[in-house]
Amino acid sequence: MIEFETPKPIAQQQYVLQTVAENMMRPVSRYFDEHEHEIPWDYINFMHQAMKASGAGSLAPKDEKKEQDPNKPKRPPIGYQLLAHMLEIISWGDVGMYLVTPGGGLGAAAVQAAGSPEQKKKFLARFAGEKPTFAAMCMTEANAGSDTSAIRTTAVLDEKTNEWVLNGEKIFVTAGDKALTEYEQSGKGFIVVWATIDPEAGRAGMRSFVVEAGTPGVKVTKLEHKLGIRCSDTASIVLQDARVPYDHILGSPTVEKTTKGFKGAMATFDATRPLVAATGIGVARAALEEVKKMLAEQGVEIRYGLPRQKLTNVEREVIDMEVMLRSAWLMVIKAVWMADNRKPNALESSMSKVKAGDVVTKITQKAVELMGPLGYTRDTLLEKWFRDAKITDIYEGTGQINRLVVARHILGYRGRDLR
Amino acid sequence: MYSFEPSEEQKMLIDAVSRYAVNDLRAAAHDAEEESKLPQSVVSKGWEMGVLQASIPEGYGGFGEHSVVTGVLAAEEMAYGDLAGTLAVMTPGLFVLPILLGGTEEQKQQYIPPVIEADWQPYTAALIEPSFDFDPNELKTTAKADGDDYVLTGEKTYVPFAKDAEAMIVYANLDGATQGFIVPKGADGLAVGEERIKLMSLNALPLYSLKLEGVRVPKANRLGGEAGHDMGPILAANRVALAALAVGVAKAAFEYSRDYAKEREAFGVKIAQKQAIAFMLAEMATEIEAIRLLNWEAAWKLDVGKEDAAKDAYLAATGAVDMVMMVTDRAVQILGGHGYIREHPVEMWMRNGRGFATFTGLAIV
Ligand SMILES: Cc1cc2nc3c(=O)[nH]c(=O)nc-3n(C[C@H](O)[C@H](O)[C@H](O)COP(=O)(O)OP(=O)(O)OC[C@H]3O[C@@H](n4cnc5c(N)ncnc54)[C@H](O)[C@@H]3O)c2cc1C
Repeated sequence: MIEFETPKPIAQQQYVLQTVAENMMRPVSRYFDEHEHEIPWDYINFMHQAMKASGAGSLAPKDEKKEQDPNKPKRPPIGYQLLAHMLEIISWGDVGMYLVTPGGGLGAAAVQAAGSPEQKKKFLARFAGEKPTFAAMCMTEANAGSDTSAIRTTAVLDEKTNEWVLNGEKIFVTAGDKALTEYEQSGKGFIVVWATIDPEAGRAGMRSFVVEAGTPGVKVTKLEHKLGIRCSDTASIVLQDARVPYDHILGSPTVEKTTKGFKGAMATFDATRPLVAATGIGVARAALEEVKKMLAEQGVEIRYGLPRQKLTNVEREVIDMEVMLRSAWLMVIKAVWMADNRKPNALESSMSKVKAGDVVTKITQKAVELMGPLGYTRDTLLEKWFRDAKITDIYEGTGQINRLVVARHILGYRGRDLR
Repeated sequence: MYSFEPSEEQKMLIDAVSRYAVNDLRAAAHDAEEESKLPQSVVSKGWEMGVLQASIPEGYGGFGEHSVVTGVLAAEEMAYGDLAGTLAVMTPGLFVLPILLGGTEEQKQQYIPPVIEADWQPYTAALIEPSFDFDPNELKTTAKADGDDYVLTGEKTYVPFAKDAEAMIVYANLDGATQGFIVPKGADGLAVGEERIKLMSLNALPLYSLKLEGVRVPKANRLGGEAGHDMGPILAANRVALAALAVGVAKAAFEYSRDYAKEREAFGVKIAQKQAIAFMLAEMATEIEAIRLLNWEAAWKLDVGKEDAAKDAYLAATGAVDMVMMVTDRAVQILGGHGYIREHPVEMWMRNGRGFATFTGLAIV
């Protein structure tokens, strides 16, 4: 049966996180925007303790394996749905701060998706440890962004020591600094590095490796200065003869003729794209709510129900923003609902990301425009949200790359038919 | 819980409606539009699908219960076949559903069974008025209490099957609020235009203008009786219906242009292999899905009685207007010059598409 009731456990979490967003994030949102590269340890420590206490451990979705009482009616799984709601609210608080939430982020998600049970145990346990701990995912290189098959970082097996030797340079690594630099306040993190074990093999040769903080030859060489999400560190990382143990390779160590391994990795995106979309939607909701609040203070009432031609321009804009925001959010919910119910959702995932990338940029742009001098000033957060929202349409596959994914699905095409 | 999965019963209904939409409505659509005539057999067959009957409780001659979600699913599917045909099949609903939603028990007993238990018959409703700022909440047609009667005065347009209608609901402004009045065939002062009105599309649907020159109806004919009724739920049910029809039309246009793009070649490849085309298609599919979900949620809220249901229905309809225009326009664009030719249906869907901003009052679920 078609239904849109927010599940109870999610509603409870929403309530708790709303308090966190309002009290721990919003008050310092502007500060960390203006003090790029400062680290919000208060928030980080709080979230670490809170997640530990709740048993959540990290923001990465967990395997739902709890034995269900066969006598009780089966409850459908809601792990991804819960996560989408959580990320949306935290990002409503501050999306830059969300990105420095400890727990492993995309790095942990990659291990979760492609690691063996032993690897998961070995690498993921740390997130429930004493100190907040970070992980990051390194795919992008200077000459390989959207075209991930162009990566040049290599991994060569040294058969004498049974170690992988990694060489290359990664850029734009979210939380790369926190994952590798051992701060007094944080635990030992890791990065997941994509490299090729056979440069001739193209995609079939691509593998990911877990590289622990402190590995000799691994260095953070640069922190970017950005348009928005300034609280989140975006690092360049050089790997120079960096040696990692043999069992740090995620997935099969041999090159098959197929691109199965690569596709498996890409499947991670089916799970993470709607979640990234959810974070953008949090930002856009913040902007839209602020606009409505400011308008209400000016005595402007939105007259829902009027024919279009009788509405003022401001009313039309606000109504359009509401349509965009809610419909994009429902696409996210559908995509994660499919993930929870183990329905293939590559199409819906990318669609939700296409839609969210579009609407969150439009909504935050409009918010600044509509409020005039009150929108453009740094006295309010609207201009910040405009800068923060834009990243939604860039990382985890640009709007164009996700359009390609959607188009291939609806056309029944493969990569070579449409590129 | 969230769920995006229709129930088994809904799936069966959708299946049946979908077959009818393609085999009957779509098959008849081109000629019906060109000749301004839809075979009655097609309409009757659509009526026999029982979509409306299934949304009426047994006590009033139906065999189900009112579900806006089910109505929305069926409307999407039927409009995928043809919009004008769907509106024709659904027209008696314009009379029956407002009575179900806002009528007194007596009105329900009196008016619903004769429509529901019989073959398709022309029963209709008149809401739209001929002015650019037509607003269903601020009608220019007036109702004035006078003794035991209400007196209706004003002009209506876009009234389907008005000429032959056995009875219709006329909406009028009673002391500032929109109220429905049941007007029987041949009422004194009711002047239905001789000629059908002609629109940019919907040629297959006989639409009329009408004048109400002091039409008297007994007070018992006011929808909801003495106390009247709330127009909110009726308008909301109109809006989600229109949004669902827009989704159906858009889906038809999207699929047609997608299939065309996979066949048509230019510069040595299928045009679908060009990003300029593929991205348009990706965006069309995305927008359809977005509005569809928005509308499903609004419909669900109407069914369970959420406070903001009417607002959501308005948002869904508003979004649907832009979505269907965007999608149908692009469908024509994807076919290029061929899209402009009436042999292909996309130009008709584009004409349909532009109408949704104007159609409030032409459909209800
Ligand atoms: C703040 C930030 C954080 C990031 N975090 C991470 C991270 O944690 N880990 C990581 O690995 N990467 C990360 N990235 C990298 C991000 O994923 C890439 O920037 C993104 O994939 C685009 O790659 P690019 O910048 O090289 O752009 P390019 O690939 O050079 O693209 C440039 C333009 O061309 C378009 N384009 C490219 N290919 C096609 C095509 N086939 N068809 C049509 N258009 C096309 C793109 O859409 C874009 O508009 C981050 C980036 C930023 C800015």
